[in-house]
Amino acid sequence: MIRREADVVRVTPPLSDAEVLELRAGDAVRITGVLLTGRDAAHKRLNELINANQPLPVDLKGQIIYYVGPTPAKPGQVIGSAGPTTGGRMDSTTEPLLRMGLKGAIGKGERGPAMREAFKKHVAVYFGAIGGSGAYLAKRITAQEIVAYPELGTEAIRRLTVEDFPVVVINDAHGADFYEEGRRKYATT
Amino acid sequence: MITRILECPVMREISASDITKAVRDLYSTCCIEVRPDYKAALEKARTKEASPLGRQILGTMLENYRIAETERSPMCQDTGFPVVFVEIGQDVRVDGDLKGAIQEGLRQGTKQGFLRGSLVRDPLSRAPNTGDNTPGIVHFDIVPGDKLRIDVLAKGGGSENKSRLYMLKPNDGLDGIRNAVRETVSLAGPDACPPFVVGVGVGGTFDKCAELAKKALMRTIGSANAEPAADKLEKELEVELNKLGVGPQGMGGSTTAVAVFIETHPVHIASFPVAVNIQCNANRHKGTDL
Repeated sequence: MIRREADVVRVTPPLSDAEVLELRAGDAVRITGVLLTGRDAAHKRLNELINANQPLPVDLKGQIIYYVGPTPAKPGQVIGSAGPTTGGRMDSTTEPLLRMGLKGAIGKGERGPAMREAFKKHVAVYFGAIGGSGAYLAKRITAQEIVAYPELGTEAIRRLTVEDFPVVVINDAHGADFYEEGRRKYATT
Repeated sequence: MITRILECPVMREISASDITKAVRDLYSTCCIEVRPDYKAALEKARTKEASPLGRQILGTMLENYRIAETERSPMCQDTGFPVVFVEIGQDVRVDGDLKGAIQEGLRQGTKQGFLRGSLVRDPLSRAPNTGDNTPGIVHFDIVPGDKLRIDVLAKGGGSENKSRLYMLKPNDGLDGIRNAVRETVSLAGPDACPPFVVGVGVGGTFDKCAELAKKALMRTIGSANAEPAADKLEKELEVELNKLGVGPQGMGGSTTAVAVFIETHPVHIASFPVAVNIQCNANRHKGTDL
């Protein structure tokens, strides 16, 4: 579900192609609902399963994956610090997930040119969260549950419930890149 | 007649357990409390940042430091590769296993601070996770005196991945340094979580140069370089980097780097190594004298 307000776009997965196409690079987004997590190790495993035509431990259809490896929760905390990791490291393992219906990813940092094309082709979007602000972002997570690969520890696939989780659209499904636009706008050399 | 005078040097004794405690507290605390000089630099940058979104992002970063400190939680989920610089006074005698004491401190600090285990034992198989952030990287130096100085940096993977080493030619000169720093920061961009502190090593050998760049990150923001030529270059570079437009979190703006620090070392007549080590906005470093 997507609802555009005056200065923010409210998003709740799962997302349809039509909804993804409404999102534009630079949009300030607040996500409420369920996110899946996964980073390098989980992506490697999911890719191996997809390549072998095996079923996945999670349904990716319409979902958003958050590239995060949280710190251990302290007593009384839902989750430890949980900010984004570098998205570019997942460039080589993202497209198979998009083929399985993934509609979005949250990370920080640039995606390569091939990824921009992939987000266009599969009608998906890449969101940027604020890297380094793991304590702040953890406050927007209200529940967590490990759903696959518990042996990967911090790299396990989790289901997070989030409320007003703040991100910005970096790569939309139309081929735009907000990092590039931002840099061009403020460069003075 | 032979007179033998026995001179017994006065050695100051420091126990291994005191070293463990110090490393434990430095590591866990530095992951929770951002460097005060860096925080002050961001507060200042927030008043000058050209981009409204950039100002908002700087505000979020400052809010993140506040939450981390209040809740005693790590400011960033990547609690880093611990890098420890130890300066041992030559009149210090350590009672016990110094190297073991440092690693034990990191182990205990990881537990005490609820830090994430971010190291894998074998880089080839990428397993297993050591779980306790050991073994940290430790640099030893012997200095005059009877003090033992320990500095701990928690170095995040994102910014470390974007750091670079150049083996320039001697005639590349200061422009060679400028280009290397500018190129590294430009390529680092949003991936390395700006605003940055940029540590630059110039001279030495391939390995020494990288160490200089890391050491440079420990300097206090606002302090002058004792070498006037390097000081001038640092200030010029900071201005140049902030013209790149990268901005807070790489979303565009005028605050890309809040400091550039240069450390130099004598160099071979044929060589001109330049290393650029990037420090992200989760700027974590604490030190103490024992």
